[in-house]
Amino acid sequence: MNPQIDKMTPGSYIPTDYLPVLIFMMIAVAFGAGTLLVGSLFRLRRPYKEKLTPYESGNPPVGEPRYRFSIKFYIIAMLFVIFDVEAVFLYPWAVVYNKIGLYALIEMMLFIVILLVGYAYAWKKEAFKWD
Amino acid sequence: MNIFGLFDGLIGMQGSLALNILIIIVKIAVVVGITMLHVAYATYFERKVIGHMQVRLGPMRVGPHGILQPIADGIKLFFKEDIVPDGADKPVFKIAPIIPVFAALSSLAVIPFFEGFVIADINIGLLYILAMSSLGAYGIVMSGWSSNSKYSFLGGLRSSAQVISYEIAIGLSLVGVMIMAGSLSLNDIVKAQQQHWHGMYLIPQFIAYFVFLVAAFAETNRAPFDLPEAESELVAGYFVEYSGMRFALFYAAEYMGMIIMSSIAVVCFWGGWTMPPVITNAVPAIKMVPGIVWFVGKVYFHIFLYYWIRATLPRYRYDQLMALGWKVLIPLALANIVVTAIVKFMS
Repeated sequence: MNPQIDKMTPGSYIPTDYLPVLIFMMIAVAFGAGTLLVGSLFRLRRPYKEKLTPYESGNPPVGEPRYRFSIKFYIIAMLFVIFDVEAVFLYPWAVVYNKIGLYALIEMMLFIVILLVGYAYAWKKEAFKWD
Repeated sequence: MNIFGLFDGLIGMQGSLALNILIIIVKIAVVVGITMLHVAYATYFERKVIGHMQVRLGPMRVGPHGILQPIADGIKLFFKEDIVPDGADKPVFKIAPIIPVFAALSSLAVIPFFEGFVIADINIGLLYILAMSSLGAYGIVMSGWSSNSKYSFLGGLRSSAQVISYEIAIGLSLVGVMIMAGSLSLNDIVKAQQQHWHGMYLIPQFIAYFVFLVAAFAETNRAPFDLPEAESELVAGYFVEYSGMRFALFYAAEYMGMIIMSSIAVVCFWGGWTMPPVITNAVPAIKMVPGIVWFVGKVYFHIFLYYWIRATLPRYRYDQLMALGWKVLIPLALANIVVTAIVKFMS
């Protein structure tokens, strides 16, 4: 978007459209880290043992805090990976759909049908059921 | 841009890389500053709206009608002690709050606020936003794990499972918009909506809009899907052990997330900074109003909607939440894609 920047670097391709994104990211990190750093110059620090114990409704903590949890969370994580990859496949298709037409339509219908078979299987296996 | 012409003589390198970077930094500073002000006053607005909906007054003490309350809150949090609990994984615990703020702030880079004002008009804008909203989940997982507390751990687990489940629904709901606009650039999406008489994809894509809204509420951990921070059982979920400024960063990131999600809803479904052609053609005087007014007005409406729903609906149960995401929203979004593709092909 900034043709001037391109002129400054003849012969070498720099994705200049993304330069503001990079600067924005640096400013965002600086904002988060900066407020914490500046704050650390001003704030109190008076730790003692009771203050540093994990909160458990006012009682002393019992047992391990990182205990075993339901297998369901793993299943959800695996399903997420599968479905998110499917979603990412749909984006480029959606963008060029106008230009390709019928071929793209049929291809994507097949893709979605295959996706739905897996989805029905996961449903049948009660992967979405929490009890 | 003419204002920045002043700098040319001053620095003596017209059109140079350094000047361009300076302009970009000034623009970013303006956007970040305005957003932070909105984040601060979104908290005030929330307390006021919910207060009045519950026949209370909300904050009234600090300044007239409590208008200075967010500033007082900010100063208080800034000076509060920063407690790192014993047994916490210290580096992870300390870095975790920066990640959601980073993800939420960086998303602002691609949002077009009005005609010609967008910090980076990249052609994958929507994909970039989805990527950034996924990154926010790292902050949740890291804080939940590193705090060494049961409440944090449970809140982090619940929240990460919820966020990733609804991310699929959000991603799929936006595919309908992408098919109609034929682009991932948010600028192009707004302009494509002007091709229709209604000027907003809200009308042909009402299913996608519904799915998007529900999923956006879940993504930002807002009521009725605020299980990860359910105050009556998990007392705040993944950030229960955080205090002072680190807590404030998590809190700010949540409100920034609401603003971003509202902006995406406005850009993708409400025509961004434009008004429907059917209205502007009938009353041409409307074209005189600057686009930022419409954009901000539509975003405010969505933020009000967050509070309205929080005051109206009770919290979901976790199994209901997961069932809604996986068994209702994802099939709905897929059906919407198929129907949109077929209708688009027919026309």
